[in-house]
Amino acid sequence: MGDADLTESVCASVRSAYERNAPIEVVGGGSRRDFGRAPIGEPLSLAGHCGIIGYEPGEYVITVRSGTPIADIEAAVAAHGQMLLAELPRADQRSTIGGAVALGLTGPGRPYRGSLRDAVLGVRVVTGTGQLLRFGGQVLKNVAGFDVSRLMVGAYGTLGVLLDVTLRLAPRPEEEAVRILHCDWPAACSRLLHWSGRLPLSGASYYGDHLRVRLSGDGALVARAAAQIGGDAAPIGEFHALRDLRLARLQTPAVALWRVLVPPATPLGPAESIIDWGGAQRFWATAEAAATVRQFASDRGGQAVWLKGPDRGGDVWPVSSIATLALLGRLKGALDPHHVLNRGRLFPAW
Amino acid sequence: MQYTRMEGFPVSPTLPGAFWRALRKVLPGDGLLVKSGELGAYECDGLTLYKVRPLAVALPRTREQVGAILRLCNQYSVPVVARGAGTSLSGGALPRPDGIVLSLARLDRILAIDTANRTARLEPGVRNAAISEAVAAHGLFYAPDPSSQIACTIGGNVAENAGGVHCLKYGLTLHNVLAVKMFTPDGVLHEFGGPTAEGPLGVLALVVGSEGLLGVVVEVTVQLKPRPQCVIAVLAAFPSLAQAAAAVQSVIAAGIVPAGLELMDKLALEAAGAYTGQHYPPGTGAVVLAEVDGSEEACAAEHRQLRALLEAQGAFAIEEAHTDAERALLWAGRKAAFPAVGRLAPDYYCMDGTIPRRALVGVLTEIGALSAQYGLPVANVFHAGDGNLHPLILYDARRPGELARVEELGNDILKLCLAQGGTITGEHGVGVEKLDGMCAQFSPAELVVFHALKAAFDPYTLLNRGKAIPTPARCVEPGGMHVHGGRMPFGRLERF
Repeated sequence: MGDADLTESVCASVRSAYERNAPIEVVGGGSRRDFGRAPIGEPLSLAGHCGIIGYEPGEYVITVRSGTPIADIEAAVAAHGQMLLAELPRADQRSTIGGAVALGLTGPGRPYRGSLRDAVLGVRVVTGTGQLLRFGGQVLKNVAGFDVSRLMVGAYGTLGVLLDVTLRLAPRPEEEAVRILHCDWPAACSRLLHWSGRLPLSGASYYGDHLRVRLSGDGALVARAAAQIGGDAAPIGEFHALRDLRLARLQTPAVALWRVLVPPATPLGPAESIIDWGGAQRFWATAEAAATVRQFASDRGGQAVWLKGPDRGGDVWPVSSIATLALLGRLKGALDPHHVLNRGRLFPAW
Repeated sequence: MQYTRMEGFPVSPTLPGAFWRALRKVLPGDGLLVKSGELGAYECDGLTLYKVRPLAVALPRTREQVGAILRLCNQYSVPVVARGAGTSLSGGALPRPDGIVLSLARLDRILAIDTANRTARLEPGVRNAAISEAVAAHGLFYAPDPSSQIACTIGGNVAENAGGVHCLKYGLTLHNVLAVKMFTPDGVLHEFGGPTAEGPLGVLALVVGSEGLLGVVVEVTVQLKPRPQCVIAVLAAFPSLAQAAAAVQSVIAAGIVPAGLELMDKLALEAAGAYTGQHYPPGTGAVVLAEVDGSEEACAAEHRQLRALLEAQGAFAIEEAHTDAERALLWAGRKAAFPAVGRLAPDYYCMDGTIPRRALVGVLTEIGALSAQYGLPVANVFHAGDGNLHPLILYDARRPGELARVEELGNDILKLCLAQGGTITGEHGVGVEKLDGMCAQFSPAELVVFHALKAAFDPYTLLNRGKAIPTPARCVEPGGMHVHGGRMPFGRLERF
């Protein structure tokens, strides 16, 4: 794993961008530049800013530089029998932790182990004026000051250039298993409701008329749970492919890829490619009009988030009102007054 | 600033009668308190050291009224302090003499319970404990359980990002809230979060724990959890505090996440024993109180592992509770610890710093040394599993100079927390009492960003003005971290 600290040069680059009013595109491993709207600006690479700054296995907390590949972090903590508490999607071996924080995505473990946002304890960021600031910390409970570190999660790098992040870890499960069962969605929902809290679930997805359940934990517990669930065994790799959006159903570059976030028991939608998070996160690879997808979600009290697709001019997130959009714009102004960070990537006017 | 007051008529040098007439129109009948005798109950919150009489107390019953009150206050530049049950331990609901208190206590309806999706939609005045009571019949519960849970409200929990003894496993309020509807002070309603608590940017995380500085929440959607099939509580007695702290560290390092992992030292045990009649084994220097829960099998496995670790670390007596009634007995001392310690001395000062768990033994030893050095007894009863310390400094405010020494000791303890990479407040909030500590934890540039974020929501600083975030100017004043020097009631609040 590389180990280099580019803090000073990153601050200088952003400072200069701020002074010149010249936007920059923040790039990590460069593996997920196709997510979100097309940004305007000179690329600023963080890939060289990498390495572990602090790791206390007994504390289950690690602090890493933002350009560190996710895979490298996983390998380092796996040597101590640990893993990242939040399961992180990646495009390939280059995908960095900084990119993960910017996109704010969490894998299938989300309903059972929490989101990336929840696993973030603190950050150091360079704001749009080139200032180096630290928010949050290394401890689980911390209510001093506004929670700016978690504000960064899912902001597509528009509020600050992440320099390093402190993340929660968890023990690696002794055993993992996947069971696959043929059933319809309502039956899958009621089973999941019954199993949740009783069985060591760590993932639940539904597609192709099959419910797939991942179990993680103590060997004996997993074996007993697998027997109780029934169905057939399936390779654990299916959940890794789901986590990284590598499943064949999502490999459709000609159409848009959506995340549809709804209450988990929501009935099947018209264009569901894959249901993840026990029902709460659904991926739609569809040529449907954006308005149709968003309407489906909002009718069910949810939100449709556009991830990527051929047309990069639409909105990423729906915003409920003009007033709220204006409020978010003022937040942006507080952290990046000249709109130099990833200009246009999240909202057209940012 | 002093105001002349006449019974029945709030008098303010700046507020015209039109404001009061309009406010009265929004809040007919008993919805507006202005008489001196009625305002007394709202002068302070759980931090009773400070008392301020507001101009009036608004008690709306609907969110429309909340919006109308805020628009009026915005129009007339009247500062607003939102209040739930008033149990804040940091002065979060302390009124201002030139403003009104906006009580959300009457917005107390449970709007919807969705068992299929395990969520509940609540008005802000719903009591924390009432949520779990309402969903118990469905086998569900709401996890965050601050010690004030019988009284405190979900709105206040959101404002303070409240924790509790079970947040080690189940998370703080932030981790259990999916969405909020919130008025900004201009009376505009915003919605943040959604079915998975996500949104564009982590605005929900910014709002939760913002201590009433960013908006007034009028609806909260919370995640409910299935009640665990099995709960086992374990009380382990250790000969010394250091051994008990080392045991906590070893439990955490082993990767076990108990539902709760608490520690009480000798002084706290003596107080609790005298208060509840609970007996601890002779020779006990400290106890660790742990609770594991989950499915029958998972619970049993975790319990075995936990017990073995506690014994290996020197626990010489272990008591267990397998039923609700037994558990209540085991927890009685812990739950009564604060009032019990309150009987040991005329006053106590409760701290709230958090440290990495690996530093527990060192920091507790150091606190013991500081306590001896200052000649002030310190009782420790706290959430050891997440490193959240609650040293209780015992003192007698009537003795001249004693309070000043308590504050000095408190500051030394907070510095100790910060030096270990910790924080000045784990769950009680900054409020009015830890403003100087904020100067030690954050740089002037970081404080400037906090103020800019507040201004994005509240450009005229109407909501909880002067709390939670000190001005950078205040931080460069002499005195460093010396909290509330001078000890005039709200003497330093005006220097926002």
